[in-house]
Amino acid sequence: MNWLLTQLFGRLPIGWLQLSHNKGRLFAAVSGVAFANLLVFMQLGIMGALNGSTVAPYAIIDTDIILSSQEGNTLTDSEHIARVWMLQALGVAGVADVSPLYIGNLPFTLDDGTSVSLLVFGVNTTQPGFVSPAIAPLLSKLTLENTTLLDEGTRGMPTSVIDGLKAGAPFAFEASGQTLTAVGTMNVGGGFLADGMMMVSDQTFLQFFGSRSSAAPDHIMVRVADGVSPETVAARLSDVLPALTVRVQTNEAAQAADLSFMSSERPTGIIFGFGVFMGILVGLVIVYQVLSTDVADHLREYATFKAMGYGQPFFLGIIFEEAIVLAVFGFIPGLIASMGLYAGLVAVTGLPVTMDASRAILVFLGTLTACTISGAIATRRLANADPADLF
Amino acid sequence: MSGAPIVVSGLNHFFGTGEARKQAIFDINVTVKRGSLTILMGPSGSGKTTLLTLIGALRDIQDGSVYLLDRELNGATEGELVALRRRLGFIFQAHNLHESLTATQNVRMGLEVHGKGNASLQRAASHHMLDLLGLADRRDYLPGNLSGGQKQRVAVARALVANPQIVLADEPTAALDKESGHTVVEMLKTLGQVRGTTTVMVTHDPRILELADRIIKLEDGSVVSDESN
Ligand SMILES: Nc1ncnc2c1ncn2[C@@H]1O[C@H](COP(=O)(O)OP(=O)(O)OP(=O)(O)O)[C@@H](O)[C@H]1O
Ligand SMILES: [Mg+2]
Repeated sequence: MNWLLTQLFGRLPIGWLQLSHNKGRLFAAVSGVAFANLLVFMQLGIMGALNGSTVAPYAIIDTDIILSSQEGNTLTDSEHIARVWMLQALGVAGVADVSPLYIGNLPFTLDDGTSVSLLVFGVNTTQPGFVSPAIAPLLSKLTLENTTLLDEGTRGMPTSVIDGLKAGAPFAFEASGQTLTAVGTMNVGGGFLADGMMMVSDQTFLQFFGSRSSAAPDHIMVRVADGVSPETVAARLSDVLPALTVRVQTNEAAQAADLSFMSSERPTGIIFGFGVFMGILVGLVIVYQVLSTDVADHLREYATFKAMGYGQPFFLGIIFEEAIVLAVFGFIPGLIASMGLYAGLVAVTGLPVTMDASRAILVFLGTLTACTISGAIATRRLANADPADLF
Repeated sequence: MSGAPIVVSGLNHFFGTGEARKQAIFDINVTVKRGSLTILMGPSGSGKTTLLTLIGALRDIQDGSVYLLDRELNGATEGELVALRRRLGFIFQAHNLHESLTATQNVRMGLEVHGKGNASLQRAASHHMLDLLGLADRRDYLPGNLSGGQKQRVAVARALVANPQIVLADEPTAALDKESGHTVVEMLKTLGQVRGTTTVMVTHDPRILELADRIIKLEDGSVVSDESN
């Protein structure tokens, strides 16, 4: 380590020697940074899962443009839209096809007493082009009344059921006093919105949700003609449809809008953002404390170095060296502990909490930055090291 | 080098402001010859340390002038002062060693400031200096494991390792036993003769007075006697 740092800095690694000389302080500082990392990782993990489950439903549909009610908030938190706009949209240049999408929440209780709440997507089974290519081949199975495709990741659903379905054994269950038969699976995952998802035909949907009418789906999916950009068509649709009631968004824009709604307008998003902020603050304060105590404890030595002719860059170098050591040594255990906690969260909640490289790199860079800022503040104490006081 | 390494003229120094303003140094004029060993004496509070810090570019000159190695300190920039200090060797009363650095590493700090020589050359030079001061078997000790006198000798080694042109010392022998105190002063004396190192030292130690080329006595911030041997 000494040798490595000496090569790296081209001088004695005083910052490192100083930090490692006081083992207790080093341990406290590293633990502090690791803890701050853990806080930030947990918040980001849950926030990531929140974002992931916000856009997850988009994976089961396949559309270029989505028409929705202006009253709605997100794909799954929507209001109804009049079906007449579907016909109007069909008349717009560049629109190749349109299809209604119904969404509802279906709570039911399994035989073993587990209560499950599923997001139900009702689609037109004669338009397989509007569901994801993975699901499209299964769509014909749904033409049979009261059949459904069940989410493999459904929370509370026994694995035997899912395994059975994959092997081709249908699974019948009661919901809303009617019998539904699962005839296949799709893979979306639960998340925050519901315990899982399921897909049915629009006919089955309307049968289960008696209050809903075919005249008012939740969204209208629009496929554009080959070679036309969805943005262009979306602009044309906006011109034609009443802006006060109909929201026209490309698929991408809709996902982005859902994400921003969930992270900025929902208390959960704000709370998690605040958690990240707290984690960073904790790290900053701990590192500042350690580094400034270190400076204060060594004022006479620093003053001696000043008398010997060492300039400000030398002292800044020492503090930043310490900051970098703390950042690296704190980040590694923080990352490992966070991955452990992520695995625990997945096992317990089934939320899609995963560590991706970009997040790890981001947090590491953030840690480096925070430690450096703390170090920069701590160096202000160096001004107190006056060599004239040494004699 | 044209002139003397230290030329002090019309030097006054004040501490405090307003009502509390107090003059510590009164119109001092001293020229120190190259390679000489000069001793500053005087009662406590007579201004010895203040004069030493002014000469050592550790304190801003308020009034008068100090030429150090042909550079005027009065009005010099911080950068110029830092560069000048690298050519000096300071020996403080307290050792001020870095607790996390070994004896050798502490001494090396006196070389690294110049940025010259690679690590192994610096280490060899540091070892040599420690050996001269009788610390050959303590090279890799941390200060915490050294006696007070040994620490002070490490500090001396650190001050001398880079071959300074001027050595400024404030009661350096206070923490040393008789023998090593004598060794250190002998060493400074020899350096003066061999390399032309100029030493200004504050001390009350009568045994050292015999070795001095010149003894300056201060009282209440003024020179009251100035004798050359
Ligand atoms: N930082 C300071 N602030 C205010 N007054 C000071 C300061 N340093 C020294 N003085 C005053 O200046 C005068 C000279 O002090 P100085 O330390 O130079 O004396 P000295 O000869 O070194 O004494 P000693 O033998 O006790 O070390 C004293 O009256 C002292 O009180
Ligand atoms: Mg003094």
